[in-house]
Amino acid sequence: MTETRKGLGSTTVPKLSVKEHAAPGESPTVITVNKLDVHYGTFCAVRGVSMKIKENRVTAFIGPSGCGKSTVLRCFNRMNVLIPGARVTGEINFFGQDLYAAEVDPTEMRSRVGMVFQKPNPFPKSIYDNVAFGLKVNGYTGNYPDAVERSLKRAALWGEVKDRLKENALQLSGGQQQRLCIARALAPEPEVLLMDEPASALDPISTLAIEQLINDLCTDVSIIIVTHNMQQAARVSHETAFFMVDDDRAGYLVEFDDTSNIFTNPNDERTEAYITGRFS
Amino acid sequence: MRSPSSFNHHLGRRKILGSIALVVFMSSVVVGILGLVVLLAQVLFQGLEWLSPELIFNFPSRHPEQAGLKAAIFGTLWLMGLTAAFTVPVGVGAAIYLEEYATENWLTRLIEVNIANLAGVPSIVYGLLGLALFVQLLSLGRSVLAGALTMSLLVLPIVILASREAIKAVPETYRQAAFALGATKWEVVRSVVLPSAYPGVLTGIILAMSRAIGETAPVIAISALVYLTFVPQNPLDRFTVLPIQIFNWIARPQEDFRGLAAGGIIVLLIVLLSMNALAVFLRNRYQKQSVE
Repeated sequence: MTETRKGLGSTTVPKLSVKEHAAPGESPTVITVNKLDVHYGTFCAVRGVSMKIKENRVTAFIGPSGCGKSTVLRCFNRMNVLIPGARVTGEINFFGQDLYAAEVDPTEMRSRVGMVFQKPNPFPKSIYDNVAFGLKVNGYTGNYPDAVERSLKRAALWGEVKDRLKENALQLSGGQQQRLCIARALAPEPEVLLMDEPASALDPISTLAIEQLINDLCTDVSIIIVTHNMQQAARVSHETAFFMVDDDRAGYLVEFDDTSNIFTNPNDERTEAYITGRFS
Repeated sequence: MRSPSSFNHHLGRRKILGSIALVVFMSSVVVGILGLVVLLAQVLFQGLEWLSPELIFNFPSRHPEQAGLKAAIFGTLWLMGLTAAFTVPVGVGAAIYLEEYATENWLTRLIEVNIANLAGVPSIVYGLLGLALFVQLLSLGRSVLAGALTMSLLVLPIVILASREAIKAVPETYRQAAFALGATKWEVVRSVVLPSAYPGVLTGIILAMSRAIGETAPVIAISALVYLTFVPQNPLDRFTVLPIQIFNWIARPQEDFRGLAAGGIIVLLIVLLSMNALAVFLRNRYQKQSVE
């Protein structure tokens, strides 16, 4: 839980450093997970997860409740360390740098990996201040109003809020709040955006807006989305990871493949059982 | 099929029970309000004729018509100002540490229980502690500084408890959102937790100050029942406060001093209520800005 400021400078983690490893026609890898285990105290929540997340693609995590997909997601920005007793073993490589190495500062790393939560959670501040928060804490040196406008435009919210930037964010509708949270997460210009069931608290129309947004955003940011909604995973993602939970209630990865393969021609019969609904 | 015979609704009896509950709770309110109204009416009846510029601008005197509260009013303002200056940073700071930084273990639990208990310790105990610690050991004398330090000890638990509740009520999702944006612990506390907790913290400070302004026992222990004809010029001066002056007048045999005491109570109430009104005003203004 203690966080020291040692500094993972962008000098030690060159951006897009693994591009040369990419095979032709395939996106380079952003995050490599190798034999990841997560424990909460003595309880093993996730066991033996290995996968490669590709750049500027949408990766969906699906699976039944308690299968550890949110836990794995939270490993990618070290939010797990905020939970007392949480322990992460194995390796997570972020652009070639071990994310859990001692010299990596989670505070700095988190500005490169944005996160959107299940329930919209804007701060009880103005719309402007919400977006500017991430700029401020990360010492943004550019023009703030421009950066706020850019982020709100990327989150497809600018047109609805441009005349009311000073209003309290809690006055927005649920769907608008969630898009504001996306704008807030985009402001520090992260390379990866983690989304933990971002539409599960929203109505169908707002959900559609979020899905459209995910589609637009993935041209320049890698998105990992946890969802309970299999249609959503099929609609928005390029690749899908299917998790299950074993008899000890530990989550594990069953299958990771192109979304089209997972939904039409899965390798594992458990995946097929789950996506066709023959599964408790 | 639902057979009517398997339910016996007793609707009549249940509704009567409901009415009885209503009467009981309403009379509780009436008893409380009535007591307060009678008290206020009596004080106003006795004291209104004694409310005069002399009461506020004169020093105490043997002659009731010349006696005033000047020393006590200034003493009270000094005491409140210094007490707030000590209590707010220490109390809010302790609450922040306990809620945001301290890990949950037997030591913090012990501290928690003790703070809750300290809030219930009789105020004369604090007065004697202050007398031994600040007046004698630290040689601050019977000064307004010693009084304020003692009063701070007395009301600190109130501020800490209320601030902790306010900080606890800040949704965890705010903290997570801020951490996920790359904020440090202190940035999360300063920019997200404290602004949201501010109205609740302010409520605790109002309660604490209201308690402090009416406290008599610890000030008697520190400063004794004194007859002062000067206003404190610095924190090391002697002082007296409104409740002491009122107590002093009530103890006199002359009838007129009782009226004077009632007038003093009205002044004390006005100071107390305007202090609270200011704090409530600040809190409401802030709440409107920050939450919905």
